[in-house]
Amino acid sequence: MESYALELIEKGKRIDDREFDEFRKIEILPNIIKKAEGSAMVKFGETKVIAGVKMELATPFPDTPDEGMLVVNAEFTPLASPDFEAGPPGEDATELARIVDRGIRESESIELNKLCIESGEKVWGTFIDIHIINHRGNLLDCSALASFVALLHTKIPKLEDNKIVRGEYERALPIVHKPINITVCKVSDKFLLDPTFEEEKILDSRLSICLREDDKICSLQKQGSKEFTLEDVERMIDIAMKKSKEIRKLVEQH
Amino acid sequence: MKEQKKSGSDTNRNVGKVRDIVLPGEFIDEKKGRRVGKGAYFEGDKVFAKVLGIPIVRENQISVIPLSGAYIPSINDTIIGIISQVEISGWLVDINSPYIAFLPIADAVDEFVDVARTDISRFYDVGDVIFCKVSKVTKDKTVRVSMRGHGTRKLYGGIIIKITPSKIPRIIGKGGSMINMIKRKTKCVIYTGQNGVIWIRGVDKAKAIKAILTIEKESHTVGLTEKIEKMLSEGD
Amino acid sequence: MVKTDEKLIVDGKRVDGRALNELRKIEMTVDIVDRADGSAQVSFGNTIAVVAAYGPRELYPRFLQEVDTGILRCRYNMAPFAVDERKHPGPSRRSTELSKVIRLSLEPAIFLEDFPKATIDVFIEIVQADGSTRVTGINGASLALALAGVPMRDLVTACSVGKVDGELVIDLNGIEDNNSDADVAFAMLPNKEKITLLQMDGLLTKEELMKLLNMAKETCKEIYKLQTKVLRQKYEVV
Repeated sequence: MESYALELIEKGKRIDDREFDEFRKIEILPNIIKKAEGSAMVKFGETKVIAGVKMELATPFPDTPDEGMLVVNAEFTPLASPDFEAGPPGEDATELARIVDRGIRESESIELNKLCIESGEKVWGTFIDIHIINHRGNLLDCSALASFVALLHTKIPKLEDNKIVRGEYERALPIVHKPINITVCKVSDKFLLDPTFEEEKILDSRLSICLREDDKICSLQKQGSKEFTLEDVERMIDIAMKKSKEIRKLVEQH
Repeated sequence: MKEQKKSGSDTNRNVGKVRDIVLPGEFIDEKKGRRVGKGAYFEGDKVFAKVLGIPIVRENQISVIPLSGAYIPSINDTIIGIISQVEISGWLVDINSPYIAFLPIADAVDEFVDVARTDISRFYDVGDVIFCKVSKVTKDKTVRVSMRGHGTRKLYGGIIIKITPSKIPRIIGKGGSMINMIKRKTKCVIYTGQNGVIWIRGVDKAKAIKAILTIEKESHTVGLTEKIEKMLSEGD
Repeated sequence: MVKTDEKLIVDGKRVDGRALNELRKIEMTVDIVDRADGSAQVSFGNTIAVVAAYGPRELYPRFLQEVDTGILRCRYNMAPFAVDERKHPGPSRRSTELSKVIRLSLEPAIFLEDFPKATIDVFIEIVQADGSTRVTGINGASLALALAGVPMRDLVTACSVGKVDGELVIDLNGIEDNNSDADVAFAMLPNKEKITLLQMDGLLTKEELMKLLNMAKETCKEIYKLQTKVLRQKYEVV
């Protein structure tokens, strides 16, 4: 299947007949987990990811006493793929969580300084947990999107006598920027988006690009074991910029 | 050729000069229809070094002798191995490589052996040192060795030292000139394996080892033969 | 996390007195770990990395072996005493990610197909951290691999670039790293000018990024000169 995918790509086609810059059918389902303060399931074709946001009380870092915390974790749950094993996150899950974290953090999308409860003592901690439900390729973009949609729908719970009152909310999580992560893949001299599981196996390399709504780049991560040129980087950023706008529009409709 | 500061009264002005070395990724020459040998690779018509070593540019071939690196076996190599395990129909042999070799009984023993009843460790046992030949290497580096062939034998007594495999030719020297000089001057029996393993037995092993290790360290210099001769002649 | 409100660039000079496009003092020494097949110590200012390479060697457990190719394993680790506040020993999420990213920056350079079923193990220990640790480690790994006789298409050269106080700079130290507007880790095959590592976080326009990448490319060329020098020097002295 993989070598067939490669053959097709070199001829300018893809297994599922998509254009090279076309995503599979995207489904966005916000607020699917009632117990979470924010959540979303996002599907790219058969790839399914759930992101859940829990708001917890936390102690701020000493050099940022008035800023809320952000923690992102990812689980490559064994049910999602025969290649995933039970146990603590491996290098791929760790990397994915850290890339999603950087996209959200560096874009300054959450107004962390509006999450202070008591300076230096207590702040709100935004805990994003990413669970892969089905792995059919492009986990990173899907997880980043699920996380972002979940954040958009997150509400901060009420605090009574310094205890969280679950189920009652005081305000929405303050989100001011809209980061979208697009991973551009290179296969010989062609670029494609939203690779399927099979396509991922024959990629030469990937560049994961997180863009804000003002086209500022907030994070980059090269993946894959082959190299690319500076010119490739520029091309890939252009492709990602165009696509991120489309996806952001889609999010705004939900 | 780079000149190097020397002290003392060396009469041969070539002694101590080092050969040009080449680094991985450095351009060596245009291919011009020549064969690209070990240690080099080509892209289009340009030949580059694959390893840190000494480039050999000849009329019909471009290659690089690595100055370090593991032994990767090739068919017909003559090597020195150490029996590491006794199996049912043969032995596993440590050949100083990321790859272990197998010595099948058919290639090791002339007489008929009933493997079901015989304990073959009476032919070769764990720890035995053998001077053997690589009879086959598959694409995924499954290695077979053989005790058939000229010169193969078990080596008794003696000690083993290991050096960088690619430097064995320097230890041997042109037409055996270097190794014969060492054998003569130290009154030792010495076997060298292309896998970097050297077996020594005799009176002045320490002197032989010192000479061999010096050659290994300075293999990239010119005029080494004279230097080693001098070293071996001390105390004559 | 040493965040500061102070200006990091005053009159075109950085906190350590450097110009915007000036590298820190770089030192490279080889053969530090004599039992390794190849080893080196590289320092960029106060960041010190010790790197050892072993292999190709047998790979166990067997199920990790790839029939038609060798593999590269990489471990990036920061010593507990390397930073201001003692870092807990052992792997962290950060070192797990960096180990992967460093491995992928070196893989494109190695002819893994030359040693099927075997492994090359690279160990990077950061003994002192003052910014840009992963690229310092990669520069050392390159030397260690070449010295071990590992067949490679090219060396790998790495550097950091970024935006500090609105200015584009090269080779970020610790305080710049923690307070940058953006920082980029970059590695390339110097003779082929191909990128093998690219990570960035912060906020940059596309134009700023492309400018920084070109600065990184030029900086790597300077660092490559030092790498070749130290490798040749080993064989110059007898």
